[in-house]
Amino acid sequence: MWMIVLFFVVGILLGRLLSIHQLLIRVADQLAMASVLLLLFVLGLSVGLNHEVLAHFGTLGLQAVILTLGAIAGSVTAVQLLNLNPTKKQ
Amino acid sequence: MRNSLVILGCFLAGILAGRLLPSSVSLTPDHYTLYVLCALLLFVGIGVGGDAHFWQAMRQRDNLRLALLPLLVVIGTLVGSAIVALLLPQMTLRDALAVGAGFGYYSLSSVLLTQTRGETLGVIALLANLTREIATLVLAPLLVRFFGRLAPIACGGATAMDSTLPIIVRFSGKEYSIAALFSGIVLTAAVPFLIFLILNA
Repeated sequence: MWMIVLFFVVGILLGRLLSIHQLLIRVADQLAMASVLLLLFVLGLSVGLNHEVLAHFGTLGLQAVILTLGAIAGSVTAVQLLNLNPTKKQ
Repeated sequence: MRNSLVILGCFLAGILAGRLLPSSVSLTPDHYTLYVLCALLLFVGIGVGGDAHFWQAMRQRDNLRLALLPLLVVIGTLVGSAIVALLLPQMTLRDALAVGAGFGYYSLSSVLLTQTRGETLGVIALLANLTREIATLVLAPLLVRFFGRLAPIACGGATAMDSTLPIIVRFSGKEYSIAALFSGIVLTAAVPFLIFLILNA
């Protein structure tokens, strides 16, 4: 998986070099969208073929909602520290 | 929002196509999706590196509150995910943290986790992070009222820079748009790194 992260780092540096050409950045955004659509279609395909995942879709959804509630409650609570300690105004 | 519908439509079209195929067909994970995923990360990286807000956020030192905002969202999200993971005995702490580290960026986190941990966790990441985006859009006014103007930015996570930005600006106020953009792009950039760290630590 380190390879995936390496591609990401190379992308960030490349983006910095290309940032004067905003047209190219927009093209990269479009290509990112196209690859994500392809990958999500493939994920959907494997879910559609996998009766195990489909049969447990409700349970997976419930787990997802519980995880999200925890994530939201935790992050909203954590940023309260900034309200208690206004070191500097925006 | 239009993009979210297209993204979801593609996922649902995939499920439908999978259902229509004869059950003898099996999809074995192969290297092609890995190549597409690497290309995706490259393009997402170019988008992040080509965004002036990212480098401004990385350089800025004089406003401590702004610098701490995404850091606190990371800590809060991971602690919150770890606590509720206790309610989910079927899920490992590592997987729960990896799902939380999507920060609402459901498209990227779901395909990353599908490739590395399989489609079950990919689907959970998709549903969990999509819920986070929708919850931000729906709950923003309540969050501001009870938890302050930074709350929708925290709730929005990585989406605070794009899909939930309009709603944040509307309920937290225009003066919070820079905070939302900074926090959102820092969290967007953090997603691949944190998922990698959580799965390999």
